[in-house]
Amino acid sequence: MTRVHLTTPLSQETSTNLRIGQQVLLNGVIYTGRDAAHKRLVELLDQGKELPIDLKGQIIYYVGPSPASPGRVIGSAGPTTAGRMDSYAPRLIEQGLKGMIGKGARSQAVVESMKKHGAVYFAAIGGAAALISRCIIESEVVAYPDLGPEAIHRLVVKDFPAIVVNDAFGGDLYQEGRKLYCQE
Amino acid sequence: MLTLAYSRRSLAIRTVDCNIIIDEVARLCQEANFKLEEDVVESFKRSCESEVSQSGKEILNLLVENATIAATESIPMCQDTGVAVVFVELGQDVQLVNGDFSEAINEGVRKGYREGYLRKSMVGHPLERVNTGDNTPAVIHLKMVSGDKVKITVAPKGGGSENMSALKMLKPAEGVEGAKKFVLDTVQNAGPNPCPPLIIGVGIGGTMEKCALLAKEALLRPVGQPHSLPDIAKLEQELLAKINRLGIGPAGLGGLTTALAVHIEIFGAHIASLPVAVNINCHAARHKTVVI
Repeated sequence: MTRVHLTTPLSQETSTNLRIGQQVLLNGVIYTGRDAAHKRLVELLDQGKELPIDLKGQIIYYVGPSPASPGRVIGSAGPTTAGRMDSYAPRLIEQGLKGMIGKGARSQAVVESMKKHGAVYFAAIGGAAALISRCIIESEVVAYPDLGPEAIHRLVVKDFPAIVVNDAFGGDLYQEGRKLYCQE
Repeated sequence: MLTLAYSRRSLAIRTVDCNIIIDEVARLCQEANFKLEEDVVESFKRSCESEVSQSGKEILNLLVENATIAATESIPMCQDTGVAVVFVELGQDVQLVNGDFSEAINEGVRKGYREGYLRKSMVGHPLERVNTGDNTPAVIHLKMVSGDKVKITVAPKGGGSENMSALKMLKPAEGVEGAKKFVLDTVQNAGPNPCPPLIIGVGIGGTMEKCALLAKEALLRPVGQPHSLPDIAKLEQELLAKINRLGIGPAGLGGLTTALAVHIEIFGAHIASLPVAVNINCHAARHKTVVI
């Protein structure tokens, strides 16, 4: 299958052209964020304050990388379970977030928010963290260093492989894939 | 006579230095995270042959490649280097010297995670949620056995698969069918979240906490090695076949390889109880053992 090359930030047109099952290679800047960072971002929004990163057209990668050993840009860096960010994600999508990378199913509320705002959810292969780390060519902490592995990192990625699991039209690759092979 | 018996006994006591425990635990933490056991890698390769989904095959091949990179470059196969779960079989003829045993294990975890550049994934207070910064506390399961050896297994356990695990106190009337349904429902509900292909550890019997521990211990068995009791081995095979008909597949993207193995451990239970625990392990089924 041909892979679609995407460069961040994603335009509305780009994100709404994607469909479930499409394999993509991501290039450019993406940000990391897990539960603890999401909690803080949403607290800032609640207080009407500015976020430490501009989310317009951006992608958040749900990952808490392992520390970089000497000579490396980053440690191993595979996706974490996206469902833990479900209660926060719609707020960030409202701010212009166009993509999320993780693994595992999203809630209906997140799916609806993606439909409304034209965002997509990509899966990276859970557990293939040593392999994925090779696609990360720069990494720096840009917010919440006290959170350690949960700090927000600005990553530069080159041909980072992911697959569209939820598109902006309510499609769900996990459900479709399961239906295709279920023998019950 | 009493004195004589005591002195004979004392001759059989072997001392083990806690500093050795620190170093060995540190080494095991790193090796477990860098080098996936051959039985797991072989099970990826076998599954790749039987998998019909093209993306499933690709993912299984990538997992073999990932394991090779991790082992060759001494980096963690998964960024979630886990809770350090430590199983200890302590020979009753061993005397531990030069330190506190639990502290030695925790110090080994600190050292291993620091020196191995492993991720520190533990919060100290589960509600306040501040990272301890050194991956302690370790979860230690201690069993006293005969002999004069100390057997230590470090089994780092990731949060994603642990979160999809479950335990239920069934009524004895629900029997084996109830147990099967609970296992299948748990895997179905987990879906793509716990990083399939999975290894499913099942505990049946015991009390609530014993049952959970049985499920965890079941994960330590070499992948696909059947239980010694024929009826339990048959149940393992039946559950594996049923799980692999759910369609979840590698990475949850659809396919026939949802689980690599089902391992069941059993224990006697109260006349009123039938506990069943399902401990789900992702494909990074990590554990390393040393005998001191």
